[in-house]
Amino acid sequence: MADPVLPYQFVSEIFFCGFVVLALSGGIIAVSARYLLHALLGLVVTLFGVAGLYLYLGSFFISLMQVLIYVGAICVTIVFAIMLTETPDQVKENHKSGLRSFLAAGAGLAALSCAFQFIYLTEWQPALSRTDDFSIIAVGKRLLTEYCLVFEMISLVLLFAIIGSIILARGGRGN
Amino acid sequence: MALLPPEFIRILISSVLIVSFVFLNAMILVYIERKVAGHIQRRPGPMEVGPHGILQTLIDGLKLMGKQIIFPDNIDKPLFCIAPLLAFVPAVVAFVVIPFSPKLQAVDLDMGIIFILALASLNVLAILLAGWSSNNKYSLIGAMRSVAQNIAYEIPMLLSLLAVLFMTNSLSMKSIVEAQKPLWFIVVQPVAFLIYFIASLAETNRAPFDLPEAESELTAGFHTEYGGMAYGLFYLGEYANMVMVGAITTTFFLGGWSGPPLPYMEYSGAFWFLAKVYFIVFSMIWFRWTFPRVRFDQLMNFCWKIMVPFGLVNLMITALVLKI
Repeated sequence: MADPVLPYQFVSEIFFCGFVVLALSGGIIAVSARYLLHALLGLVVTLFGVAGLYLYLGSFFISLMQVLIYVGAICVTIVFAIMLTETPDQVKENHKSGLRSFLAAGAGLAALSCAFQFIYLTEWQPALSRTDDFSIIAVGKRLLTEYCLVFEMISLVLLFAIIGSIILARGGRGN
Repeated sequence: MALLPPEFIRILISSVLIVSFVFLNAMILVYIERKVAGHIQRRPGPMEVGPHGILQTLIDGLKLMGKQIIFPDNIDKPLFCIAPLLAFVPAVVAFVVIPFSPKLQAVDLDMGIIFILALASLNVLAILLAGWSSNNKYSLIGAMRSVAQNIAYEIPMLLSLLAVLFMTNSLSMKSIVEAQKPLWFIVVQPVAFLIYFIASLAETNRAPFDLPEAESELTAGFHTEYGGMAYGLFYLGEYANMVMVGAITTTFFLGGWSGPPLPYMEYSGAFWFLAKVYFIVFSMIWFRWTFPRVRFDQLMNFCWKIMVPFGLVNLMITALVLKI
């Protein structure tokens, strides 16, 4: 073996690809699911993939937090709401009318193009050139000072998720 | 040949040891549970297989392994199969960071307790999937009770652990034990200890908080439809969780491996560690056969009106005392 680092780099790249495939396949499961609960489990798979990507980037803490908060708390809460609405024997008709799927595809494409615009405009810097301190203390300080706005915005997204699950639950078992 | 780095071999060996520890533990604990239950109810418990029935759980385990797993009609089969694995695997993996003695620890992560909590949070997901995919009203009711209970009791549990973490300033299991060299935290934080112990009984679905599997009303709750080794995995997961609760309690409040000195303390500290763990587990069994099951409204009221306020006040007092 000429270069001792090379095999490890190869292994880590395999892991990277694995996590990306995991995240993407979760998304595909979520979109193509027949039951709402399967869609949510697709989300769980995606979140695990993202947690793996954090692990690949060297931030073990963020990756654990991803599992603890998103999979352990938020997904469970959403499952709880969904369980109030349907069980396996109640297969529902998927509302796949032409107009609906057209609108959904349009909205998805618009969001995607917005995201690509931002990705294109942003000047990307590798994390290592900005800081080499990935400790919990550093992460905590950054989150509550420099990135406070982003941090709060994420909680807004979660609020939407909770409201959405309540709306789903309300139309369920009652009828 | 440097194909396998020594670190990899070390992890491999410790994983094998941990898995066998978990299996052995479940076997011993099922026996202890049945014996203790028997003696508390003034009957001998298992007596037939081996002297004093000591081989009973081994035979039961073999029987479970030999049994066919029956899939009922109209279940959600992939989820039905994933659920027992999801209940068992995280419970075992969490043992990687448990410090049995100064040297007997597979990995010393600098955020060990978060690692354990992250894995423990997957247990609820497993119960939910089991209950939902079984397509059985008992399973579904059991699963929904379980998740309501787990979400509620996670809060006082984390509050009590946080009070200890304020004092140690570290999330590593090893340094938490080392911080207790002068004094065990059960003396400094008795309220946190009580809150943690009660909340963990609820988190592991043990009596008197065993509403998710209340056998007199829900048959067996979320695992009603499971048989054979699928059922066995839920059982193993439950006992692994019990030992995990004992291990966390020992690490956080009872000084971990510390105790009267033994020869080769760096390894034999595991004796004191396990003794404390088993004492905690024994108390959990003792609780189960002493207290009747609570009602659901009592369970929720107790959590939100007593445990959470006490946990918050305890946390604030800890923070104040540490700052002054």
